Amino acid sequence: MRRLTSVVRAVQRFTESRNRSKSLFLRNSGRKTAAHFSWNCSSLLALAALVLLGGCGEPQFSDAEKKTIASLALNTLPSLKPDTTNQYADVPAAAALGSTLFFDTGMSRDGTVSCSTCHKIDRQFQDDLPQAVGVSRTNRRTMPLAGVARNPWFFWDGRRDSVWAQALTPLENPLEQAGNRAAFAHYIKKRFGERYERIFGPLPDLSTVPASASPLGTDAEKAAWNAMPTGQQDDVNRVFANIGKAIAAFERSIEPEQTRFDRFAIDLATGAKPVGDAVFSPEEVLGLKLFIGKANCVTCHNGPRFTDNSFHNTGVPPVDGLPPDRGRVDAVAQVEADPFNCLGKFRDGDESACRELRFMVKDGPQIVRAYKTPSLRGAADRPPYMHAGQFATLGEVVAHYSKVPLAVEGVSEVHPLDLSERERAALVAFLKTLSE
Amino acid sequence: MASIWRYILAGLGLAALLVGIVAAVYLTLPQAASGPDISRSKKTANGLFVASFEPERGVVRQGELQSWLLTLKTAAGAPVEGAAITVSGGMPQHDHGLPTSPQATDYLGQGRYRIDGVKFTMSGWWQLHFGISAAAGSDSVVFNIVL
Ligand code: HEC
Ligand code: HEC
Repeated sequence: MRRLTSVVRAVQRFTESRNRSKSLFLRNSGRKTAAHFSWNCSSLLALAALVLLGGCGEPQFSDAEKKTIASLALNTLPSLKPDTTNQYADVPAAAALGSTLFFDTGMSRDGTVSCSTCHKIDRQFQDDLPQAVGVSRTNRRTMPLAGVARNPWFFWDGRRDSVWAQALTPLENPLEQAGNRAAFAHYIKKRFGERYERIFGPLPDLSTVPASASPLGTDAEKAAWNAMPTGQQDDVNRVFANIGKAIAAFERSIEPEQTRFDRFAIDLATGAKPVGDAVFSPEEVLGLKLFIGKANCVTCHNGPRFTDNSFHNTGVPPVDGLPPDRGRVDAVAQVEADPFNCLGKFRDGDESACRELRFMVKDGPQIVRAYKTPSLRGAADRPPYMHAGQFATLGEVVAHYSKVPLAVEGVSEVHPLDLSERERAALVAFLKTLSE
Repeated sequence: MASIWRYILAGLGLAALLVGIVAAVYLTLPQAASGPDISRSKKTANGLFVASFEPERGVVRQGELQSWLLTLKTAAGAPVEGAAITVSGGMPQHDHGLPTSPQATDYLGQGRYRIDGVKFTMSGWWQLHFGISAAAGSDSVVFNIVL
């Protein structure tokens, strides 16, 4: 319930003036806690004497552990950076239009599918299915969207490089919304023409644009597209890109929320005695220690979003019956070829925003069957797991990390941990604190 | 009266205990434990150049795409101009490469080259290898960065 109300809050936020000072405050208080915390460490020795005398049973963490725990807490999340590639990213009217489009089933071939069909607002913007179902069944699991605007790469394989370029993909994917960009341009003009023009300026003349046309569509749609003069193709592409930019402006308001883990971590950092649900059970403490220690989870699931935003082969097996899926290695060419990528002409601002694309790893064994490290915030509440829903429970996920089969292709970066049953249960107990 | 002295004595005993603990902790602290050589300035493998490698903005931030400066001098101290530089690297203990492909993007004068696109996605021991070709010849250097 709490989740639903705060999601609704996120949706409402774009109508309010953006509260930068608040996030700045949060960031600064994050710094301050780090300072307090080093003071605490020096007083730890004095405390040690007390512990010897009184035997007080507080869970103890080493300095290094405390530092790592502090780095995972949500209060270290910096404020959202402006997106210079999308000049409408922080324009409230654009976010409002984007929100309308996100929930509008009219934005699909047969009028039945919207972004929210799969990204459900009351389900952390995902759908609880192993593989998403739009116009047809897709080959991958729907990704939750909390904090999505902070990603450098989009999709499990990172085949898009901005929130706005990503949004254009499902709109034309035949398994998802199955539309085409000419039809979307006509639809925007008919349904939202005035709202669109107030944000983006005059719509182009669409009177001679075919009802259906796209370079990626059916043979008929491709033929119609190829018959269009270049200038007209550009006009339609521009409207299409603006649809993505409006939806992206909306998505920027979807942010992760504070959890029990964060309350625990802040108390640990400030030296306050945790009360209420910020108290961790011995099992949760053990799980946290494993996560940041022996089990090495934090090497990839790091920072306040529990992701390094990078791609790894973790030996997750493919799903029988789905087409071959090679992960990141096949995405490189796709993002390079995308006309809406950062280096393309639909980007606002200058090219200095495109360093992720410019400096991406393009080949090598390490990107074969590599997938993006997902955030673990909220994960306990949204099985199944992995890029095609391979595992039904967190227990199965942890069992995977404990055994790690050989990767079917490429080389797995994770090595079997051989965790005891107690340790596996503790890791699951800790992961649950990121959902409460 | 005697009881006060007893307290003071106990206090002294405790203080001594504390000093003992402090000393023990201090001695066992991992003081620059035998990790990799993390110097930011060194001779290249065959001694052709002296290379130094520093983050352009002074601080290393985990997870951020950053630019670094590679400064090249000859053994005699003259700046090395017009060098062709290749960059590779990874995490020796994790058996994986870099998460990005850094490149030498600009020459800034006085032997300074901007190496852009450097990102360290996790804490631990990273290595950056530079291949350097200039008028004086070709050489290489490895920098260790521990986060
Ligand atoms: C049919 C279900 C479906 C529809 C409709 C859909 N998505 Fe998705 N979404 C997915 C799936 C599945 C993935 C992961 C796909 C992949 O990796 O190939 C995904 C991935 C994403 C991501 C990437 C998140 C990340 O962390 O990388 C974003 C953002 C997103 N969708 C937004 C949208 C928007 C905006 C729309 C509407 C324009 C939309 N989606 C429509 C199923 C859907
Ligand atoms: C080498 C990097 C790496 C390490 C180490 C690692 N993970 Fe992951 N984790 C990933 C990647 C990549 C995925 C997605 C893989 C996929 O979909 O094929 C993932 C997926 C997950 C998921 C599923 C989340 C979701 O939404 O589907 C969970 C839960 C998880 N990891 C927990 C852990 C735990 C617990 C550990 C420590 C035992 C750990 N991870 C160690 C990279 C890593």
